[in-house]
Amino acid sequence: MGLLSDPNRRRALISLLTRLNAPICVVCYMAGVAWFMGLAFEPFTLRTYMSENAMGSTMVEERFPAGERALGTGREFSAHKKKAGGMPVDWLVKTMQSRGLEVFTQRFSRRLPFPDEDKERYMVKGTNVYGILRAPRAPRTEALVLSAPCSPGDDNNQAVGVLLGLAQYFRNQVFWAKDIIFLVNEHDLIGMQAWLEGYHHTNTTGMDWSPLQGRGGSIQAALSLELSSDVVTSLDLVLEGLNGQLPNLDLANLFYAFCQKIGVLCTTQGKLQRNDWDSVSGYSHAVQTMMLMVMKQASGRPWGDHGLFLRYHIEAATIKGINSFRQYKTDATTIGRLLEGMYRKLNNLLERLHQSYFFYLMPSLSHFVSIGYYMPAFGLLALILLLRALDLWIQLATPPTFNLNPPPSQMSSPGVLSVLTPLVISHLTGVALYTLPIHFQEIAVEHFPVSETEAVVLTAIAVYTAGLALPHNTHRGLFVPPFNGWKVLKLVAVLYLAVLLGCTALINFSLGFILALTLVPVAAFVTPDVPKALSAFIMVILSPACTLLFSVFLFQELQEMPVSFLDGWMLYLSVISQGILDHALYGSLVYPLVALLVYPCWLLFWNILFWK
Amino acid sequence: MKILTLLSLLATHLSASSVNIEENAGQFFSSGHTNNWAVLVCTSRFWFNYRHVANTLSVYRSVKRLGIPDSHIVLMLADDMACNHRNPKPATVFSHKNMELNVYGDDVEVDYRGYEVTVENFLRVLTGRLPPSTPRSKRLLSDDRSNILIYLTGHGGNGFLKFQDSEEISNVELADAFEQMWQKRRYNELLFIIDTCQGASMYERFYSPNLMALASSQVGEDSLSHQPDLAIGVHLMDRYTFYLLEFLEDIHPSSKANMNDLFKVCPKSQCVSTPGHRTDLFLRDPGSALITDFFGSVRKVEITMETINLTEPIQQVEQNFVNEERQKETYSYVDQLPVSEIIHQKPKQKDWHPPDGFILGLWTLILLVFFKTYGMKHLKHIF
Repeated sequence: MGLLSDPNRRRALISLLTRLNAPICVVCYMAGVAWFMGLAFEPFTLRTYMSENAMGSTMVEERFPAGERALGTGREFSAHKKKAGGMPVDWLVKTMQSRGLEVFTQRFSRRLPFPDEDKERYMVKGTNVYGILRAPRAPRTEALVLSAPCSPGDDNNQAVGVLLGLAQYFRNQVFWAKDIIFLVNEHDLIGMQAWLEGYHHTNTTGMDWSPLQGRGGSIQAALSLELSSDVVTSLDLVLEGLNGQLPNLDLANLFYAFCQKIGVLCTTQGKLQRNDWDSVSGYSHAVQTMMLMVMKQASGRPWGDHGLFLRYHIEAATIKGINSFRQYKTDATTIGRLLEGMYRKLNNLLERLHQSYFFYLMPSLSHFVSIGYYMPAFGLLALILLLRALDLWIQLATPPTFNLNPPPSQMSSPGVLSVLTPLVISHLTGVALYTLPIHFQEIAVEHFPVSETEAVVLTAIAVYTAGLALPHNTHRGLFVPPFNGWKVLKLVAVLYLAVLLGCTALINFSLGFILALTLVPVAAFVTPDVPKALSAFIMVILSPACTLLFSVFLFQELQEMPVSFLDGWMLYLSVISQGILDHALYGSLVYPLVALLVYPCWLLFWNILFWK
Repeated sequence: MKILTLLSLLATHLSASSVNIEENAGQFFSSGHTNNWAVLVCTSRFWFNYRHVANTLSVYRSVKRLGIPDSHIVLMLADDMACNHRNPKPATVFSHKNMELNVYGDDVEVDYRGYEVTVENFLRVLTGRLPPSTPRSKRLLSDDRSNILIYLTGHGGNGFLKFQDSEEISNVELADAFEQMWQKRRYNELLFIIDTCQGASMYERFYSPNLMALASSQVGEDSLSHQPDLAIGVHLMDRYTFYLLEFLEDIHPSSKANMNDLFKVCPKSQCVSTPGHRTDLFLRDPGSALITDFFGSVRKVEITMETINLTEPIQQVEQNFVNEERQKETYSYVDQLPVSEIIHQKPKQKDWHPPDGFILGLWTLILLVFFKTYGMKHLKHIF
């Protein structure tokens, strides 16, 4: 007989499962964490390689000559920017036109839901300027984008200078098979969002923008350049985009190949690569790099202007020039040559980049871990939830030894209602957490001496904390639920959490994994029988809000800029406000996910803890 | 005495020279072919396969230089590299780096271009089974005295060659195509050169006589490309064809270099892969086959003051006829595709009749039903 159909064997399996459930769960958790930490160990990773045949092995000799002139243009741009007090639209239009591009502008305006204190803006009005270099002999069906942000102050002037210098050099070549769009966007991400929405005729975020007069065909790849100094010591590649989406690994491979060819020092996450993977410090360095990528991906915000392209299936990355204290400096001509080489390779593309991985983690620029290798870490954590669910199911299926409960005929309907009520109430609290902070900011500002941003954040925290008081209220005014009703609720909650975390991990592995790390122990071990005070404290520590707080401190620690507790707290508040703003401005899904789904799920477990 | 010796010398000289003339005359027709054709095929498209087009064009250039005219060359290029948007020097295809040699030239005549280069078209060209509307420039109009050079290049594997990223031709198909050509007397001798990975697998299955084959690599080996050009950004040529081109540049129409020299082109030290060749189906000794027998179109000219007695090849057939009228044999063209012999089809009938058995069976059924229903006693009414 089969393993599961033989009643003897089945009973033995079931008893094994119920006896060893807790130890197996603990082992799975440790294995999951160990697997994740082991991902950064170099023998477990693969070296990066070019997968796209069209961007093959041959290299072109780059001949960009005009680095110094590009820097001069950057200085002119800076002067005009100061004079105009923002984006020098007329000067940019004139300069691009003199370089032979077809120049167009786009105006956009947006009122933020509440003022952004990090970037100090509330009513945002701006103009994007872009010039299209038409391919001399090709039809206008495909395009590549090179963009540089117009930042306030002294930032990114050299980036615009290099962009204009490259535009002039590219204009003289005949071998472009795709149109190249040179874009200077104002108000970084907001301007980029307006441009992309205008280009693709979509309006997902409710922004006001003027339609684009000139277009170049479907965009195959995009690079965003951030350069704030005349010489750099290293180039940093930023990959993480909106909602944790990453560009095709081939783009990173291309960048790395050119860094090696030209001899520029290249980093990812701002950390240099080390060769001593077998030493403890080398391994911890790789772990730190990978953890930085994981945290950035989990935050769901675009970490460069490229982050918004990914949603439109356009592979994009940001290249940042970093000037640190190092002897060997790279000048603007070399950076121009690197970009020239990359664009010539992208020019050879026949279809969109699709040969390499879309889901990966990079412990360093030359090594990567693909989805097939990192998913088992999450799978082991999800296994714990399934084991717990199985355990509960078995307990519910076996009839109780002594019958203190009301007869079974009455048990079904209270059973459903006793599960439904906490579910509905938790989700209503989640909805409150999602909608109240922004709607009630005026009322809050009237009654309390805080600014709008602080009002929003503090309202959010208040609603979150108010949710903790719920279990004491839902049971009043309701009939007393049967004794074992919490098991049904826990079964539903555990399965709900498993599905939720699974779906999150598929789209944004880092977010799913970090939530799983803290929520799975909560889900596995909470029952009404554990000591209430201690477990309430542990549950609050492991709740999504505190996870975020710890992540903020960890992130600062990993970037080697540790903060004091007070600074960390302020940073935490700004992270919450940025999360809400990201959702309103660009459609980031982290805030709704946490408020509407993860927080209610956590509240269900909180409910179970205080079950009477 | 002296006069005698002189006379005897003269006599021997004359006899010797006359023997020489006979030998020369014999040698005149030793190769057996009277015209030359070339079929040059590049099977890959896309910009990064620039080198395959350059390979084919360099063989085209050599073949044209050695005398085969465009009307006798079928050139099939699967993609247009000269006018590709990514070509920094439009209207050129270079075979040597630093743009030394433009093999595209200004008089190239491409017969099959772009998507017309398919396995079907290639096989139709070889076997001659083209629709009547096909222009002459797209046909291989060879006869039984033609020497044909076939050159294939592209991406290949063990036993197949890839056409255009979407289909393949197998070595069995190719061997069968050559057998069709043999049976239809479409070639005298055929030289087959292939420059792909594992190229030797393509000539493994040949079984028709008078075929000689060369390949750039053995089974299990990859054919490598030669040199990249840093301004254009692609590899310009494959190694085997590069050294083949170098070898052919030294050949002029009166060169006496033979096939054994061709087999030595691109040894393993230069090519990294091991070129291979196959001569067992070739009826002559490869050493006696000149390069220009296949790569050039050499008109043989010998100046002589002697008269040569050509042996009479045509013999008078004595015809004895009973009738006064001479029975004339009617001649007709051999069926190009003797389908009826292959399929054993019945000749088509003018009108449609139901199958024979059907009518018989129908009447039998009617009779049986009638007698079953009404009994046997009615039988006597019928008969």
